Amino acid sequence: MSSVFPTDSVGLVIPEMAYFDQPLHLACGRTLDEYELIYETYGELNATATNAVLICHALSGTHHAAGYHSVDDRKPGWWDTCIGPGKPIDTTKFFVVSLNNLGGCHGSTGPNTINPKTGKVYGASFPMITVEDWVHTQARLADRLGIEQWAAVVGGSLGGMQAMQWTISYPDRIRNCVSIAAAPRLSAQNIAFNEVARQAIITDPDFHAGNFTDEGTIPKRGLSLARMVGHITYLSDDSMGEKFGRELKTDRLNYDFHNVEFQVESYLRYQGEQFSNSFDANTYLLMTKALDYFDPAAKHDGNLSATFAQAKANFYLISFTTDWRFSPARSKEIVDALMDAKKNVSYLDIDAPQGHDAFLIPIPRYLQAFSGYMNRISV
Amino acid sequence: MRADLEIIQKWIPADSRVLDLGCGNGELLSWLQDNKNVTGYGLEIDPDNIAACIDKGVNVIEQNLDLGLGNFADDSFDVVVMTQALQVVHYPDKILQEMLRVGRTCIITFPNFGHWRCRWYLAHKGRMPVSDFLPYTWYNTPNIHFCTFADFEALCSDMQMTVLDRLAVDHQHRHNIGNRIWPNLLGEIGIYRVTGANAR
Repeated sequence: MSSVFPTDSVGLVIPEMAYFDQPLHLACGRTLDEYELIYETYGELNATATNAVLICHALSGTHHAAGYHSVDDRKPGWWDTCIGPGKPIDTTKFFVVSLNNLGGCHGSTGPNTINPKTGKVYGASFPMITVEDWVHTQARLADRLGIEQWAAVVGGSLGGMQAMQWTISYPDRIRNCVSIAAAPRLSAQNIAFNEVARQAIITDPDFHAGNFTDEGTIPKRGLSLARMVGHITYLSDDSMGEKFGRELKTDRLNYDFHNVEFQVESYLRYQGEQFSNSFDANTYLLMTKALDYFDPAAKHDGNLSATFAQAKANFYLISFTTDWRFSPARSKEIVDALMDAKKNVSYLDIDAPQGHDAFLIPIPRYLQAFSGYMNRISV
Repeated sequence: MRADLEIIQKWIPADSRVLDLGCGNGELLSWLQDNKNVTGYGLEIDPDNIAACIDKGVNVIEQNLDLGLGNFADDSFDVVVMTQALQVVHYPDKILQEMLRVGRTCIITFPNFGHWRCRWYLAHKGRMPVSDFLPYTWYNTPNIHFCTFADFEALCSDMQMTVLDRLAVDHQHRHNIGNRIWPNLLGEIGIYRVTGANAR
C-alpha cells in the first residue's frame, strides 16, 4: 500500500457510519428522530483524546477530505493538500475527523436518502438544516468518538462558519478555531447569487418541487446552471483571465448561439455537467439556505463582538486577496469583533490570484502559515 | 531581547493590554506575555515577521498602518507601542493621533536625524547620510519621514501631547551622560512615552 500512494498521503481510507436515534430538534422547529452521519478519520486518537481535529466542509464538500478510497482513485480527498503526514494538519500529530454534514448527499442522512417512516426518499420533505444544527450533530459525533474537546475545528468558506459557530455553541469543547475564507454573515450580493442558483434548480421542469426521485427525473439543467453561477464566484477575474482569456475552442466565430465558442464556456459547462451528475439538487438548495441563514450576531442585535463574548478558543483567520465571494474585508469584520471582545486572534491576508478557491490550493505562504499555527497547538 | 525593547518593557505595567504597531517578529509581545502577563495584538505586514509571531504564539494581525487604526475603539489599549516605524509610515502625524486615541499612553522609538554623524555627513559630503545604522540610499530607503528629536518634540507640542518619559540612546541602545546632556546631537535613537491632551 505504501508504495502505491504518495508518502505524505494518509493512504487508503474507509468511510464509517454513525447512527443516532436520539431525536434532533432543529432550528426550523422540526425534529429528526434518527439519522446517520458518514465520516472518515485520519491519524490516531491519543490516550487522553486531546489531539482531535474536526474538518468542516463547504457547500459542495464531502467527508472524503484526504487520502484515497481505492488504489484506482485518480484524485485524493478534497483537502489532501492540507491533511496528511507533514502537512499543515499533520496526521502524525492529530486525529482528524471529517464528516459529510446532515442534509448532504454523500452518505449522511439527507434529501436523497430513505425516510424510514415512509420507506421513500425524503426529497422535498427533508427539513431545513442550519449551521447551528450541523454543529450540534458534530458534537454528537464527537461524543460518539470519545472526544470531549477538539484541539481545533478547521474549515474554509461555509466550513469556516461552522468552526466559528463551535466557539459560540460549545465554548468549552474547542481550543482553536481555524476559519479560512469565511464571513460573519452573507451580504445581499452573496444571497443574490445563491438565489439565482436556487431559481435555476427550482424552475427546472425536472425538479418536480423537489420530488424528482419519485418522478424518475434529475433536474440536471438547473443543477448545472446553479453550479456554473456558483463556480464563477469561486474564481477571480484574474484567474479566469489567466486560465481562459478570450481563447476560442473553434477556429473562428460561428455567429450563432448553439455552439460552445469560448474556452470559458466549455469549462463552465463541463463543471456544471460533472456536478449535476454527482450532486443532489435538494442538498444544493439546503446548503445555500444554510449559508444565507448563517448570522450568529443576529441574536445579539447584530453585535458580533457580543456574539463571541463567551468564546474561549484561540482564533486563526486567513483570507485571500482576490477572494470576492468572501473578501478579506469580511474576515477583517470577524477579526475586529474578536479583538474588541478581547479574544486571542491572529489574522493573515494571503496574496493569491485564485479567488475564493485559493483555500483549496497549495499556496506556499498559506501552507507554511497554516502549518506554523497547527504546529504550536499542544496536544 | 533587543536593547530598545528591554528599555520599553520597563515602561509597560504588568497585566496591561498592549497594541504593538509594526511588531516585527513579536519579540516584545512574546516577552511581555511570558513575563508580565500582558495581553494584546501586534500589527505587521511582513510575511516572514508574521510567521515568526505565529511561531511564538503572539497574536498578530496583518494590517497596514498607513490605512489607520479605524478598527480599534477609543482607549481600547493601555499602551500602544510603535518601535522604529514612525519614519516609514506615510502620515506620521496621523498615526500618532490614532495611537493617542486608541491607547491611554503611547511609546514611540525612532532614529534621530539630528545626530552629529548625520549632520557631519551632510555638511561634509553634501549628501544624504548613509551609515551602518541607516544603510539605505535616498532612493531605496523605506525611511521616508526622518525627523530630529527637536522636530518630534515640536510635533508633540503642536498636537498637545504630554511627554511622560524620554530617553536618547546610541545605536546599541546605551544611554550615557553625553546623550543625556545633549540628546539631539549625541542621541541616535529616541524612546518617548507620551499621552494625549484628553488623557484621563
